Amino acid sequence: MGVDQPLGDNVITSSLDTLVNWARKSSIWPMTFGLACCAIEMMATGAAKHDLDRFGIIFRASPRQSDCIIIAGTVTKKMLPVIKTVYEQMPEPKWVIAMGACACSGGVFDTYSVVQGIDEALPVDVYVPGCPPRPEALLYGILKLQDKIMKEKNSFGSAIGLGERLDPAA
Amino acid sequence: MADMAENHRAVVELKEKYASSVLDVREFRGEVTVTVKKEDIVEICRFLKENAAYNLLTDVTAVDYLGQEPRFMMVYNLYSIPNKDRLRVKAPVAEADVSVDSVCGVWSTANWLERETYDLFGIRFNNHPDLRRILMTDDWVGHPLRKDYPLQGPDREPYKGRLS
Repeated sequence: MGVDQPLGDNVITSSLDTLVNWARKSSIWPMTFGLACCAIEMMATGAAKHDLDRFGIIFRASPRQSDCIIIAGTVTKKMLPVIKTVYEQMPEPKWVIAMGACACSGGVFDTYSVVQGIDEALPVDVYVPGCPPRPEALLYGILKLQDKIMKEKNSFGSAIGLGERLDPAA
Repeated sequence: MADMAENHRAVVELKEKYASSVLDVREFRGEVTVTVKKEDIVEICRFLKENAAYNLLTDVTAVDYLGQEPRFMMVYNLYSIPNKDRLRVKAPVAEADVSVDSVCGVWSTANWLERETYDLFGIRFNNHPDLRRILMTDDWVGHPLRKDYPLQGPDREPYKGRLS
């Protein structure tokens, strides 16, 4: 449209927000944190056949350097304080994926010892149903999270202390 | 088949030595169960370990027979490694005095097993070295495996089917 390409094919014009969002969605580092059988599928998603690395997604064994936590499995009331601590240790911006029926709603464990969905404690961005979800399903959920990150507004401004990060989907 | 229970090597000795405390002897599908008075549980367990070679305590648990008296039944599953045979010892516990003497002094593995039974059934173990909850959180109220404990927990509406 209006701008002819005076600088050739090597330069593209964009907004700072888009650049920041693109950087963030292309290097989602999920916290290495498995809770139950869903963790096995999460590992399968990360392993050679499905290979999360091709999306820039590398499991990080430290909350201090993670941007995302995948709640992979049944959350018991005894485990909840641990998960909250790990989540609070993660730096902003951070996202939460609830993987599987248990993390979404408590699943079949409608009992006294199980948290009925991690959204009672953490702000969930993407819910992945299934018991457990296949790696394709988790992959789809992560792609949905990438789409969500790309739609965020004021990503750059909030990073330098100008206002809040805005999530149009919320 | 009743003979099998009566002729079990340890049962014969128990009936001879502790005739007044053996309440019942049963056999079901090759498993022998002796019910004894809870007051004598430590002495009988020590006898079974030292004289009948039941050197492995595989499990300690309990049953809640809500509505019956006595309400609880302690269950000790024993195994003899040298003789390769098993014996189940049970002891009734009344709700009015929900306590049993600890068998930690006989088998040290009873420590955690009794903690689990205390945690889930609320049965107290006298002379236990460290009677704390082991599975539920420290601040948990109630004992979840009791039959009068609501399945969804005390703070939630119970599930009444799909239309609830």
